[in-house]
Amino acid sequence: MSKTANKKVVCQKLIEFAEKDSDIVALTSDSRGSASMTEFGNQLPDQLVEVGIAEQNIVGMAAGLAAGGKKPFITSYAAFVTMRAIEQVKVDVAYSNVNVKIIGISGGVSYGPLGMSHHTLHDIAVMRAIPNIKMVMPADRYDTEKLMEELVDYQGPVYVRVGRNPVEDVHKSADYEFKIGKADQLRDGSDLTIIATGELVSTALKAANLLKKDDLSCRVINMHTLKPLDEKAIIKAAEDTGKIVTVEEHSIYGGLGSAVSQVVAENHPVPVKVFGIPDEPAVTGYPEDIFNEYGLTPANIAEKAKRMFN
Amino acid sequence: MNKLVFLEEKATQIRRDLLKMIVNAGTGHTAGSLSNTDIMTVLFYEVMDMKVDDPDWEDRDRFILSKGHSVESYYTILADKGYFDKEELNTFCQYKSRLIGHPNNKVPGVEMNTGALGHGLAIATGIAKAAKMSKKDYKVYTLMGDGEQAEGSVWEAAMAASHFKLDNLVGIVDRNNLQITDNTERVMTLEPLAEKWKSFGWEVIEVDGHNYQELIDAFSESKKNNGKPTLVLANTIKGKGVSFMENKVEWHHGLPSAEELAQALEELSSQKEVKQNV
Repeated sequence: MSKTANKKVVCQKLIEFAEKDSDIVALTSDSRGSASMTEFGNQLPDQLVEVGIAEQNIVGMAAGLAAGGKKPFITSYAAFVTMRAIEQVKVDVAYSNVNVKIIGISGGVSYGPLGMSHHTLHDIAVMRAIPNIKMVMPADRYDTEKLMEELVDYQGPVYVRVGRNPVEDVHKSADYEFKIGKADQLRDGSDLTIIATGELVSTALKAANLLKKDDLSCRVINMHTLKPLDEKAIIKAAEDTGKIVTVEEHSIYGGLGSAVSQVVAENHPVPVKVFGIPDEPAVTGYPEDIFNEYGLTPANIAEKAKRMFN
Repeated sequence: MNKLVFLEEKATQIRRDLLKMIVNAGTGHTAGSLSNTDIMTVLFYEVMDMKVDDPDWEDRDRFILSKGHSVESYYTILADKGYFDKEELNTFCQYKSRLIGHPNNKVPGVEMNTGALGHGLAIATGIAKAAKMSKKDYKVYTLMGDGEQAEGSVWEAAMAASHFKLDNLVGIVDRNNLQITDNTERVMTLEPLAEKWKSFGWEVIEVDGHNYQELIDAFSESKKNNGKPTLVLANTIKGKGVSFMENKVEWHHGLPSAEELAQALEELSSQKEVKQNV
């Protein structure tokens, strides 16, 4: 199975678009290397705006660039751009409703060993509470490619979170439909639905494989868009399968699990089990260590899911 | 008519209109709007190039009101210029009015939503950078408060504007020495403010923010392409034009009574007459 870092796809696509459209501008906050944007800077130096370590300014300036007719793409650390600069995201970008794309790089626990300052386990909660801005977390390189292709012509604010490390493909090829706001059903099933987002979708698929061995048929949904949430797909999953499990690289507060639970509770109440990071400064270590610590593994998810049938 | 007399009469009219609007609405940031009325009047009636019948004209000069709470002078001027009907000023701050208490870009003539302090300069820097990248000649103006200078984001943008050599960008500080709590220097020392801006690589021009000729000259000076952004440090009086409001911290968002409004309007009309007789 091929492994590619989603941020690399972001850069490749941005170069491709920016070569054709001089209004596309990439902004970096001393994040060029980390965002894999060095190549963009080398090839299109006049379309790269480096602001230094200044997240508030990168967002404010991007809003201004958009107001001046440019099509800005911010590529900055997810941990900082969604916290340090959140007022600029709320007021300058979302409230003024300008055409700014924010790519949060190295999100989740990509920087696992570096501690809570560098973890991004809050961005779904924060971004979903701000009107006008959409949020997407692609699962693999195919999602990222298709997302970027949709974003380049998409008017309005969008926040995207990608991780730092190479991720496994969850799609066999690019032959599927991707649309912001539309859930991507990877597999159908009748006993249980696993709804996952971002780079843990592959973990959800593996959990479904384990459950299959126990004769439990799992629907697996890649919920790449956190806002607007595809409520219809969630309600249908509740109706069709009667049980839902959610999996995310995010705090259990305010993330995918919370969002799905709200939709299910209001429309078709069924049991929901949420897998995420508990409300504590996450343990430090490499992402795999952190996922193991909190049971974000195929074996644990399958085990706990089975208990829902007792 | 002499340009300076016109500006003076216009500013007096704007002050009268904004006071009436505030009293009608029952709320508003009174003294700060009076403080920057002369600056705004010079910008909108003398300096900036814009088309009222085509608010989105791509070569227009841009204005960002970073001290968004002084929106009263802004709306009043936009209405007077014809961006929307003056009658609409009666809806200021009322239920579902688009004339909300901070700049709203759904109002023709307003570029961006502001209100949270320390944001305007970064936005203006982005617009000025876009102009440079697109080889456009328009200028970008942003008006900041002095209390706002305590926001760190102002200085992130100040650094960037200088780094990018944005000589098409003009920042203005409405230096009235008062913020909501007290004198700015007692709340948080800002001085030496001019030196701070100079050290960030800006061309600093200090003026009397109620002197039309000095303001005109400063904005004209800012058009020299010297590779540096310009900061107009405009020394002003908060509450300017109404004797009992001038330099009084309680008028930051004080609401005049009917009697106080009558007195204020009387003072503003008599000032005009006195000055015309000089």
